[in-house]
Amino acid sequence: MSQFQQKVELVCSDRMTEDVVRLTFNAPTIAVHARPGQFVMVQTSPGKDPLLRRPFSIHQVTSEGYLQILFKVLGKGTDLLAQVRAGEQVSLLGPLGNGFTLGLPETACLIGGGMGIAPLLFLATRFLQQSSSDNVAKKMPTVILGARNRTELEPLVDDFQELGIDVLAATDDGSFGYHGLVTDVLKKLNLSPSAGIYCCGPRPMMAAIAHLCQIENRACQVSVETVMACGMGACLGCAVPLKAGGYTHVCSDGPIFEAEKLLWSL
Amino acid sequence: MEPLIMQTKNPDLQVSIGSLALQNPVMTASGTFGYGREFEDFVNLRRLGAVVVKGISLEPRAGNPPPRIVETACGMLNAIGLENTGVDRFISDKMPYLAALGVPVIVNILGDSVDEYRQIAERLAGVAGIGAIEVNISCPNVKKGGVAFGTDPQMAAAVTAAVKGQCQVPVIVKLSPNVTDVTVVARAVEEAGADAVSLINTLIGMAIDLRSRRPRLANVIGGLSGPAIKPVALRMVYQVARVVRIPVIGIGGIATAEDAMEFMLAGASAVQVGTANFINPGACDDVIDGIAAYVTEQQMGSVRELIGALRVA
Repeated sequence: MSQFQQKVELVCSDRMTEDVVRLTFNAPTIAVHARPGQFVMVQTSPGKDPLLRRPFSIHQVTSEGYLQILFKVLGKGTDLLAQVRAGEQVSLLGPLGNGFTLGLPETACLIGGGMGIAPLLFLATRFLQQSSSDNVAKKMPTVILGARNRTELEPLVDDFQELGIDVLAATDDGSFGYHGLVTDVLKKLNLSPSAGIYCCGPRPMMAAIAHLCQIENRACQVSVETVMACGMGACLGCAVPLKAGGYTHVCSDGPIFEAEKLLWSL
Repeated sequence: MEPLIMQTKNPDLQVSIGSLALQNPVMTASGTFGYGREFEDFVNLRRLGAVVVKGISLEPRAGNPPPRIVETACGMLNAIGLENTGVDRFISDKMPYLAALGVPVIVNILGDSVDEYRQIAERLAGVAGIGAIEVNISCPNVKKGGVAFGTDPQMAAAVTAAVKGQCQVPVIVKLSPNVTDVTVVARAVEEAGADAVSLINTLIGMAIDLRSRRPRLANVIGGLSGPAIKPVALRMVYQVARVVRIPVIGIGGIATAEDAMEFMLAGASAVQVGTANFINPGACDDVIDGIAAYVTEQQMGSVRELIGALRVA
């Protein structure tokens, strides 16, 4: 395995909205080893409170060695991280977890909700790199993104459009794109039977998509979020129940799982 | 001409736990270091005083439903539920890697009955690479209404004697802090043949989510660990070290060399680094480096000079 614990420099901190923050780190070693769907554990402050690192999926890596995370300020840890200034050092641990299994771009449908959009940008980039190396016309994955409102969603949609990908947007309040849920957009899509879903978002959203995929017998990979202490298979705190009984661990067996393997009715 | 004698000699960090010699006093705490291999990218495993592995039971255990952990002020609560592979798979799947490290492996064991402890110890007897057995007595005794072995001196002694009867290697008993007087249990296990005691295990606590009015752990209660418990752990190590003749291993909120050496002053012959491994998987390297630097700086003959050297007026 290639995992690293490193103090890296924060290059910039962007406030996307009042409470959504995007951090860019100069972390070439972790960036070069990272695969879409993997995550990093970030120390939010050098002190003892909050004590534990926070897990964040890798939002984007660049060939210059930059690594980005995207998050909403929800508590003390994320609040402290949002206050770190460019030039300061932050301890990262990663890349951790398994990452997505990539199929063909033209048969991939990426569905993200809220902060669950974060890992999908990295995934979309990798799909495009894969298709351009195929030496044929660029094949695009289908992308559906949802959030509460325009303020939250539009900047994230822009990221995908910069890559040349058309995004099907949905907002809870109808202020941007379709008025409703990403699942509604998916249902209306008439997706080819061979298309596989790559999904990350709130649990109810992923449960609904997992259910839909089960009915259609469609492949579906989900990125699961839980609390965790270590991120590397030691604490066993991140257990989630399996459909077949027993538990699996989000940090070391995931965070990407085939949706059909998990127990969704909690 | 005589060459100048340079300060290149490595400081003497060796300590011993009964018949077990350690290259330094720094071990990992059970349940915070997996089966060792998880940390190979982050820490020099061959440099550790000993590797103490995740608690092993006779049969595999699935563990508790989530949520299993919750962060608290300067600490965390866990109710993992002793998830582990069971003794047979531990021996076949985990021990070969651990044995090849060349540092003593200390196997933490747990059971629902005295006989279960005895059976695990029996299976582990003679397995190459095992330097000692650490007995977790914080588990409930199913046959005695679920009272934790570690809260009853007689039950603790019975488990100790049963394990001791199967072992050629030293037996360390890991004491529960959830008792009125930890010295009573410490003396009981010493009398029953324990070669050392380690303390403290987690302090039982709980956390509540006001918004949902539910406990934050599915198990309702869990074990508190991390820097928050260090003062309690230091006090208990100090008390126990004064009343037993066997070595004491200090555990509880140790994250730095300073923490470790405070425990040694209080009477610990060695220490275990626990929750700190989650935040800094290289914590043990840092603690070893810090102790070595201190011993050199203070021009001490050996780190053993620290053990029990607390100055109480």
